[in-house]
Amino acid sequence: MVDSARLSLHVPEPAVRPGGQPDFSNVKIAKAGSVPRPEVDVASEDIRDLAYSIIRVLNREGEAVGPWAGSLSDEALLTGLRNMMKLRAFDARMLMAQRQGKTSFYMQHLGEEAVSCAFRKALEKGDMNFPTYRQAGLLIADDYPMVEMMNQIYSNESDPLRGRQLPIMYSSKEHGFFTISGNLATQYVQAVGWAMASAIKNDSRIAAAWIGDGSTAESDFHSALVFASTYKAPVILNIVNNQWAISTFQGIARGGSGTFAARGLGFGIPALRVDGNDYLAVHAVAYWAAERARRNLGPTLIEYVTYRVGAHSTSDDPSAYRPKTESEAWPLGDPVLRLKKHLIIKGAWSEERHVQAEAEIMDEVIEAQRQAEAHGTLHAGGRPSVRDIFEGVYAEMPPHIRRQRQKAGY
Amino acid sequence: MARMTMIEAVRSAMDVSMARDDNVVVFGEDVGYFGGVFRSTQGLQAKYGRTRCFDTPISESGIVGTAIGMAAYGLKPCVEIQFADYMYPAYDQLTQEAARIRYRSNGDFTCPIVVRMPTGGGIFGGQTHSQSPEALFTHVCGLKVIVPSNPYDAKGLLIAAIEDPDPVMFLEPKRLYNGPFDGHHERPVTPWSKHDLGEVPDGHYTIPIGKAEVRRAGSAVTVVAYGTMVHVALAAAEDAGIDAEVIDLRSLLPLDLDTIVKSVTKTGRCVVVHEATLTSGFGAEVVSLVQEHCFYHLEAPVVRVAGWDTPYPHAQEWDYFPGPGRVGRALAEVMEA
Repeated sequence: MVDSARLSLHVPEPAVRPGGQPDFSNVKIAKAGSVPRPEVDVASEDIRDLAYSIIRVLNREGEAVGPWAGSLSDEALLTGLRNMMKLRAFDARMLMAQRQGKTSFYMQHLGEEAVSCAFRKALEKGDMNFPTYRQAGLLIADDYPMVEMMNQIYSNESDPLRGRQLPIMYSSKEHGFFTISGNLATQYVQAVGWAMASAIKNDSRIAAAWIGDGSTAESDFHSALVFASTYKAPVILNIVNNQWAISTFQGIARGGSGTFAARGLGFGIPALRVDGNDYLAVHAVAYWAAERARRNLGPTLIEYVTYRVGAHSTSDDPSAYRPKTESEAWPLGDPVLRLKKHLIIKGAWSEERHVQAEAEIMDEVIEAQRQAEAHGTLHAGGRPSVRDIFEGVYAEMPPHIRRQRQKAGY
Repeated sequence: MARMTMIEAVRSAMDVSMARDDNVVVFGEDVGYFGGVFRSTQGLQAKYGRTRCFDTPISESGIVGTAIGMAAYGLKPCVEIQFADYMYPAYDQLTQEAARIRYRSNGDFTCPIVVRMPTGGGIFGGQTHSQSPEALFTHVCGLKVIVPSNPYDAKGLLIAAIEDPDPVMFLEPKRLYNGPFDGHHERPVTPWSKHDLGEVPDGHYTIPIGKAEVRRAGSAVTVVAYGTMVHVALAAAEDAGIDAEVIDLRSLLPLDLDTIVKSVTKTGRCVVVHEATLTSGFGAEVVSLVQEHCFYHLEAPVVRVAGWDTPYPHAQEWDYFPGPGRVGRALAEVMEA
């Protein structure tokens, strides 16, 4: 028998708690441009180091450098900047609307705008996302009308989902945005199924699965990786590591082993980590993965290393579990400011135009808000009919629901 | 017209559906090359290819989750959970995803999947191969729940389920899979060939979901049953010599309330029989509806006969499985009241 001390349980803790000095010395950041760009048909075992590094394009000076640079024109980058600014302005107005009691709940994207906005531009019409609650940029970047998003946030009479879903849990088949579930990770495996169906039908369309760092602990994450790996499904498996799952730091889901991207290695899935605050890097990596999927080379797993600057939701208070200044210490900067700086040094943008654009975008968001509020807000004005409660549970209403609808007086 | 066991009828339903519609795909654990542990998918991979009938990893949540994604794409997945007892890892996908996708997206996305699973006891499967989880599904708005009692219904209902635009749970009583069962587990069985319902058309036909069938007309008491218990109820009525009307529900959700109410209003007495455990079982729902809609016609309290509120035992299986004796005693009880 081994003579040993008594056992003790290891419970991971973040480096710093409220009141302490923010510390990201544990985040190892590769130099921009230093990570190679392999061919898309590379074997997963030949790029294992990409699961441990961070692919970056924009350097500290705002220059685009290295093998992952150059996939986007100035015009495309200006559109990207505008989309991120629009998402940020949209968030600001809707956060305020929630505080004013016009809706019950809101979730903002502050600091993570590049992930969804840049990713959308790597997809084509007809591809399908299975998003979580923090990817509204997929809709914004695909020109889904902001008024429709607000109608849902307000659950008003024009809510496309008839008041049945939480605010921000959008759905748009036309814009490749699958109806969001509040149950975490369930949709990761559904995305794999959608991709398998596209392959079964010899189609050319691909799917994208989305998950946060915390919910990679759910069993459906692992089911999805098993199915994606087994059937070589044309799917991009996205993990948005924004450091915090509500109040739980990412080390609780990850433990001390490797990275979230590295979880893909055991399944033989090519896995890459990318600077999630770098619009150019996100787009380049997403495009690489999309090309792999379209060429029938199978799934790719991508970890976006980013930081959730805002609260988890309007029901959360991050100052209770992390230093108030932690977001300012985040070493990968602000995605909007980084792309702005890049465009300015390229001569495609200026401080004046940026200020002007901010004003124009805010006007556009306020105008959308005015139009949406004309249809009502959660507690005032028009709202979906009580009759809508009973419709659409099934394609055809069965007798027992009809009896209940009649009992309710509709 | 052919004589088929329920396994053959189930297989025929998938065969007919796959031949008619390229979007129908069949998958699950061991269903491909091997043809399923009960052989219900035998030959389908050879006939339709590996991309329309295939084996999956042992991951029930993965099976149902991918089926949901495929349905969102436009396919019609008909998946197998190897035993109903194994469906719990997929319960989240079934109840909170498949069941609600139409509603929460206001019809933007739908989920036309079928989830087949062998249910119930009677084959010495012990506590992990004998469960009857139908009540766990009937409590979920957005699902449909079917339990056939014979090969003819199994085929017609399964084709209807595959063609249905909503998610359907298709629970197959494994005691009936290989046909002969006259309700008496202690007696030698009689073949399906002596039963009218063993005759099954080769081609396409459907049985409407949501319609019960009166298996035996009577005027003294109504017995409400489904699946294997239909045969037990019929045997009990014969043995007891009671003029019982036996209703086979076939579809639990939606439920054919009209047929139940019409019968109980006529007979004034009701016994509800199921194999699942008693407490909060589907029988509770039937009894509640009967008292709500037939109260002034009732001559006696409604009685339930069900599995005991214990896990399903192995060696004492036939003391657990409700038989004609227990149903007969219940019939006598309501007739004497």
